[in-house]
Amino acid sequence: MDLTELYQSVILENNRRPRNYRKLPEANRSAAGNNPVCGDEITVYVRLEQDRIADISFEGAGCAISQASASVMTQRLKGRTVAEAEAMFERFKGIVTKGTPDEEDLDLSAFAGVHQFPARIKCATLGWHAALNAIHGEAVTATTE
Amino acid sequence: MNPPAPAPDWTALRAEFPILDQTVHGHPLIYLDNAATTQKPRAVIAALSRYYERDNANVHRAIHELSSRATNAYEAARARAARYLNAASPDEIIFTRGTTESINLVAYVFTPRLRPGDAILVTEMEHHSNLVPWQLLAQRTGARLLFVPVTGDDGQLDLSRLDELLASNVKLFAFTHISNSLGTINPAAELCARARRHGVITLVDAAQSVGHLPLDVAALGCDFLAFSGHKMAGPTGIGVLYGRSALLESLDPFQGGGEMIASVQFDHSTWNKVPHKFEAGTPDIAGAVGLHAAMDYLDAVGRPAIAAHDEALARLAYDRLRGVPGIRLLGPPGARGGLVGFALAGVHAHDVVTFADQEGIALRGGHHCTQPLLRKLGVPATTRASFYLYNTPAEVERLVTVIHQAARFFGSAA
Repeated sequence: MDLTELYQSVILENNRRPRNYRKLPEANRSAAGNNPVCGDEITVYVRLEQDRIADISFEGAGCAISQASASVMTQRLKGRTVAEAEAMFERFKGIVTKGTPDEEDLDLSAFAGVHQFPARIKCATLGWHAALNAIHGEAVTATTE
Repeated sequence: MNPPAPAPDWTALRAEFPILDQTVHGHPLIYLDNAATTQKPRAVIAALSRYYERDNANVHRAIHELSSRATNAYEAARARAARYLNAASPDEIIFTRGTTESINLVAYVFTPRLRPGDAILVTEMEHHSNLVPWQLLAQRTGARLLFVPVTGDDGQLDLSRLDELLASNVKLFAFTHISNSLGTINPAAELCARARRHGVITLVDAAQSVGHLPLDVAALGCDFLAFSGHKMAGPTGIGVLYGRSALLESLDPFQGGGEMIASVQFDHSTWNKVPHKFEAGTPDIAGAVGLHAAMDYLDAVGRPAIAAHDEALARLAYDRLRGVPGIRLLGPPGARGGLVGFALAGVHAHDVVTFADQEGIALRGGHHCTQPLLRKLGVPATTRASFYLYNTPAEVERLVTVIHQAARFFGSAA
């Protein structure tokens, strides 16, 4: 296959200039995710107001797929309810495991090529797992050094 | 003295590795992940088939013909391994599953020898398999772990305080012969000599050197040496722990079971003699037979020639990769083992590996089981190209071209 199917321009661009890449001083949730096999590491910070993701950011180091996926994720989850975030992760998992794009969500669909690289699916979902863990987890105060 | 061997015909040798004759993603396979595992020549594959087709039986148990053939083949492999390492006797060769099990064996049987306040010395460039077993031993006994530092990107051990370290109640010093992520060749004989002056037992992790360099345990002066068959053209599942006879005699068994016993009562047993004392259960007989064939193969080619070939390819790769924008090369600029590790600014190793794979090139990306070292050097992951006797300068040139392309594709030069 052509590598540009895996590395769509959305992915390359978000990897070069990740969005919402910072600590979130006013976060009340955070969770770390790591992939011990590749060494991908990510921390997602969330400010949850009642049921809504008022703000979300991430930091980490890893491959283009994991970094771009987390970057796109923060843009798509900001302002969503917890239930909407869960539903969106389910859609995203469908895209990266089956390769069927979601016509209504072109940014998430950029990751459809990942399904041809089974070893990379966990890279694409790393940030999402951390975000959902943060949202579902106990309230923690993220460090704001 | 043997006359110098004629220079090997590398092209003819390459043709003896059937797996290399294939395309991957539409390109001829370029296999550069030899530090992870090497490919096998026909001679090794044929030895495995022949054993299973003609001689297979269990060893040291029955008195029938096949069992006697299997036992002879297994013990011949042990004798061959002793010759390969210049060990004093085949009794100094213990068959294991590989380097990892060899090191774990030593770490386990050393448990009664360590007490709180004692120390185990390793280096900062160890593979996890020569670090974690010692961490476990330290936890069991209350001993401390001490480290010989690595200087920096040039990947040398800082030996300035070695004697001070060795004098700090150190009982055992375990170090790698060749670093699997940096390519550094450590001065193993010097390290063993200095350890011996302090009465410290030494273990050499020879996983990355055994298939490349001539190895002579008498010249190295080590107490233990560990390696895997699959990194030296042999099968997976078989490895060796060399141990000095007197030392092996003084140690308790590792695992309990068949073959390691002399006599068993309901409430106690007595142990078989060395090396069988350390080999409980049915061993990997076919693996030992395959390893025997691999040792014959490598010595027929000539280990000095293989070492020179692999190092030449690694140095060519090191010199040519220097021209890639944003590249950071790890390990010594001069003499090195047959591998090169590097990082591209802004490009993760796994993206490099995926990119190269689409061009038919097999590389390894990640922390190479040396997480603490890469953390110290401040690189989360590196890409590694590792070479063996069937690789060619043309393959190195192709690698360099593809790494240039990857740097452009992911925009590291931007």
